[in-house]
Parts: sequence; structure tokens; C-alpha cells
Amino acid sequence: MSANIVKISPGFEEIMPEDYRNLVKDGPYGRGLDVDKLGTFKELIEEHPLCAGCGLALSLRLILASLPNPEDTVIVGTTGCNSLSFSQVAIHNIHSLFGNQNAVATGLKRALKIRFPQKAKDVVVIGGDGGIGDIGLGMVMHSWFRREKITTIMLDNESYSNTGGQESGMSCEGAVLNMAPTGKKFPKISLPEIARDAGCVYSATITPASPKRLGKVVKQAILIARELGPTYVQIYCPCPTNYKFKPQESLKRAKEKEKDGSYPIKEYLSPPAKEFVEGLEVVNKPR
Amino acid sequence: MIEQKVIEQKIVEPEEIFFKARREKQFITGSEAVREAIKRANVDMAVSYPITPQSESMHLVGDIYAQGYLKDYYRGEDELGVMSAVAGASMGGVRVFTATGGPGTLRAFEMFPTWAGARLPVVCAFFCRGVNSPLTIQPDTIEIGFMLDTGMLIFHAETAQDLFDMILKSFIIAEKPDVHLPIGVFADGFFVTHTRELVEVPPEDIKLPSYNPYMSPVPVMDMETPPVRQMRDPFVMKSNFISYAAHASWQQEVRAAGERARKHIKKYLGGFLETENEDADILIVASGTAASQAKEAIIRAEKEGIKVGLAKLKVLRPFPAEEIRRLVKNKKAIIVPEFNITGWLAREIKSVIEDNSRVVGAPRVFGGMTMPVELISNEIKKQQEALNECKYS
Repeated sequence: MSANIVKISPGFEEIMPEDYRNLVKDGPYGRGLDVDKLGTFKELIEEHPLCAGCGLALSLRLILASLPNPEDTVIVGTTGCNSLSFSQVAIHNIHSLFGNQNAVATGLKRALKIRFPQKAKDVVVIGGDGGIGDIGLGMVMHSWFRREKITTIMLDNESYSNTGGQESGMSCEGAVLNMAPTGKKFPKISLPEIARDAGCVYSATITPASPKRLGKVVKQAILIARELGPTYVQIYCPCPTNYKFKPQESLKRAKEKEKDGSYPIKEYLSPPAKEFVEGLEVVNKPR
Repeated sequence: MIEQKVIEQKIVEPEEIFFKARREKQFITGSEAVREAIKRANVDMAVSYPITPQSESMHLVGDIYAQGYLKDYYRGEDELGVMSAVAGASMGGVRVFTATGGPGTLRAFEMFPTWAGARLPVVCAFFCRGVNSPLTIQPDTIEIGFMLDTGMLIFHAETAQDLFDMILKSFIIAEKPDVHLPIGVFADGFFVTHTRELVEVPPEDIKLPSYNPYMSPVPVMDMETPPVRQMRDPFVMKSNFISYAAHASWQQEVRAAGERARKHIKKYLGGFLETENEDADILIVASGTAASQAKEAIIRAEKEGIKVGLAKLKVLRPFPAEEIRRLVKNKKAIIVPEFNITGWLAREIKSVIEDNSRVVGAPRVFGGMTMPVELISNEIKKQQEALNECKYS
């Protein structure tokens, strides 16, 4: 499918909302765009309800602009702030329960493989740190153990923000949050390393303060998953509402944490993934 | 090693496979009846997770996957994972099957209203078992009571033959565009799964037509069908009147879809219930293997000169309220034997009939015991004696 996915029935062009018409005329389907081109096309997300300064909102926008194949991508989400924005995303997406997203994605990916064996249909999980690192961790890891060809992207705001700022496994040790009234008692979960050991062929951390790099990481993760096996991307998404800083400081905080190493930026590629990515770069290099 | 063979099956109309094709008798267990049903059901994908007494049925489905009857099959991480994967696969537009029972049903419970709410035509077999604690692996139908209000359609098999027919027919009923809801086919663990009986099955070289996801009343999640609608299930989180109304009307629609299933159930299952001796004053209403025990008690009662009727319920959702009301109209006593402590069937019957003091919610056995026919016979005698007293006093 290319732009056909959003085509308007003949005769209805005039009564469709302008946003929809823009999506048909100038959406990213089938055009191979990325974050570099943001602002030059109609984006896949419109009028999200997330807070001012929300790190998730910015990351989601960057992720959606980096999908290598939006016209054949299905997103599986889970409960969380980010899930509230998915009804504003112009791609098929599924919200099932809290934490079961990787199991749903497994069934979906296998179903699409049965129905479209010759076609690349990307299944991308996008969830928060609660859904991926806590309540859903078992199902996330099992999808990695089984080597399901799906990409899991964590929007890590280091708390259960949607339910009011409770501590999560991804909160830093000592953080005072609801349900951690005297500070969190154990360190942040090392999920990128766990991902690698559990079978991910690619695992990376990133922040939206480096948009081009974020775009590259997301694109790579999805392309590798399509060919080789599970991939994991963890994005630091500062939460001004629950960590109580000014909305305009989000990016500054992400930059600082990136710089001082308190949010280590890492990338792991398995040898086959490395070979695959090098092949991609050769293909993409201008002649 | 499973014997590999090339499977060549011809697709035939459901009516052909259900009613017309010549059937052969096989002496098989309930678990094997599941395998035979899935062989002929043109299922694309199955996901399994072991739990007694269900495990064998899904082993056998795995065996026929190895033989080429299904396109995909794997063992999931736990029951919630399995029911989630089945949901994802169904949203992706394929026909899916799984089975569980007892504690597995409860571990996966959040998914069942989710299946119904997302209008997924999943077919799942539930092999009833007591739920913890204390631990038991024995049969007990308490889980059906929990499942009645999930929005799923609920069938209850008495025998391996029922199980075979109900599973096979469920796919066609579940996938009707005006229904498009999940169906749970329940059978009593061990009593049905692990015992052998003669089951009549159509030839294995024919199968049902495949599922057409584009006949679904809700969009298939494959990015193929314009215009795009993002969510498979309505996602209504705002606190405003429109959101409340949208959610409420969706719940009503799910229930209405269950009501619309009635005509298809009548056509394919031949009705909601089977009856014996409809004119007797005393009626037993039962489902599952409680109906088998009731049939035996009726034979014994006849020898003692007491005529007793039976209504065996095959379908619990949608509940056959009208049929039961009509049947109990002139009854003096309605005996409801059950394999659980809560008496969910007696409660259901009481809720739909007039003068529900006629309903005798007994005998009940639970914790995995078999139901001695004597218990039902004693109840029959007690009711007959009460009727005699009324007559002569």
C-alpha cells in the first residue's frame, strides 16, 4: 500500500477535514522521508493531547517521521501517556491491555506474515517504561527469546506518569516519586543489556535532543528487525509534569543527561546486524 | 517424530461439512476430538500454553501443525500472553484457535472482555477445572460462572461429539459479519477430555472456507484498506458526555451482536437446548456432563414410575431465556444439578422465570468429585414426595 491507504472516495474530497486532505496530498506514505525533512510534509500525528514540554510527544513525532515504511507499518501500543496520542496517529494501531503489547505484536506480526508472505509489513511496539520495563517485562522478554521480528521502542520518562507519577523500574535510584516516598530503593533496570542477552540483535539508547541520531536509530532498528530478529530502542523522554520542571526545560535536561553520562547513550549491534547495516550504508551512499 | 504428509484438503461449504458429508465413527478422547475439529476448520494459526486438563488437546493441535494443517503454531509465555497473541493475530486478519482451563482461564481473564470489546472472532476451548486455592487439577465448572459476563458467546459441550461439532461450527458463527464475536466452547475437564467415546466426523480431506477479514465489521489491522481508521477498538478516555455515550453504545452493540448470533446458533447447532419428556411435572435443567448424569437419573426414575423431563443447555450466552420460560411454564419443580459450588446455572434460570421458588439448586458437587446419579435420584424422589403431599393434603 502507498498513499492508497488514505485515499478518499470520489466525490467526498470536499467534505473531508483539511488535515485528512493534507495527509492524502502531502503525507509521508511511500516517500522514504526522515527527520531531516520534518516541516516539509504533513506529519502522521495531529493535535496530540500530551502535556506541554512532553518528551514523549516529541519522541513520538520523531519516531513517526523516521518509519522506513509507514504505509505498511502497524503500531502496537499499551496503556500510558503515549497511548492517549495514538488516536491522533494516521497509521493502524492497536491498544490492547497494559503490558501485553509484545504478545499482541507477536500474533499480529505472524498473522501478517501468513497473509502477506512477500511483503514487508513492519510491526513496531511503542510503549512507556511502565508497559515495557515493568508490568509487561515478561511478555517483552519472551518476544525477544522467541526471536520475533518486531521492534520494541520504549519511551522512557522514568515513571508511571499517566497514573500520576509513581516509581517505575526505570526510575533512578533515590528518586522520590509517588509510591517511593523515601526515594526509590533499587537502581534503574539495565534493559538495553537485558535486551541484548535476551536475543535482541540490535539495542540502542537515545534522547530526542539528538533528533537525527534518533531517526537513524529508529530506522535501523526497524530494518534490522524486518530481516534478522528482535530489536530494542530506549528513548529518554523527560516528563516536566511529574518531575516538576518547566516545560521549556525538557530538551535541556535531555541534553545534559546525555552529556554528563547519567543517561548513557549506547548502541549494540550483533555481528549479523552490523553486516546488514553496513550493507545498507553501501546501498544508500550517493554515487 | 510426527509423520509428515502432504495435506490436500478441499474447501467445501460449511453446510456440506456440518450436515451433508458422510461421517465415520472414531473411538477417540475429547482432546482428540479437538484435533479432529481443528483439522477441518481451516485454522491459520494456533498458540498454546499447557495446563491440565487442556494440555493434550493443544499438543495434538501442534502435531497437526507439524503435518501441515495450520500455517503457524507456537507455545506462548503464559495464558495472558497466549490470549494476547491470539488477539493480535485475529486483528491481523487470520483465523485463530487456542485452549485453556481453570487457573489458566483466570490468569488470562483480562483478555476475554477485550476480545469481545474488540469484536474478535476468536474460538477458544475451555476445559473446566477447579480454581485455586487449595490447589486442584480436578474438574469443576466454576470458571463458567466467571466467564458469563465477558461479552463472549458461551457453549457448553456434554460429550466429545458436542465438543467436535461446537468447535467446528463456532468458527462460522463467530465470523458472521453481524456477530463477529469470540466464542468459548466449554467442556468438563477429564470427564470429556480424557475419556473415549464414539465420535462421528466428516472426512479429513475437506475443510471450511477460510476467514475473510474484509467481511469484518471493524477494520483489519493490515494497512491495506482505505480509508484508514487507526484503532481496532474504540479508545474512549476523555471524561465528557460524548465519550461516555460512545463507550456505552459500544457495549450495547457488543451485547446486541451476541443477540444477533441466535439465528445462526439455531441454524448450525440446531437450537439452544435438547429436551426429553417435555410433559413431565419435574424438569431437570443441566449443561455439560451434569446432563449425562441427569439422563441416567431419569432412566432410574422411570423404573420407579416417576416421569422426569430434561433440558440440556448447549448454549449459555446468549442465554436461552425464552426457551426455558416456555418449557418450565407448567412445571412443579425444576432441578438444577451442577458441578460447582456457586450454582451459576440455577441463578441464571431463577433470573428469567416466574415463581422461581420452583428452582431446586441441587445437587451440587465441587472440588472435582464425580456426581453420583443417586444424588440426582434422591432429589427427584424428594420433589415427587412433596408433589404427592400437595396432591393429598
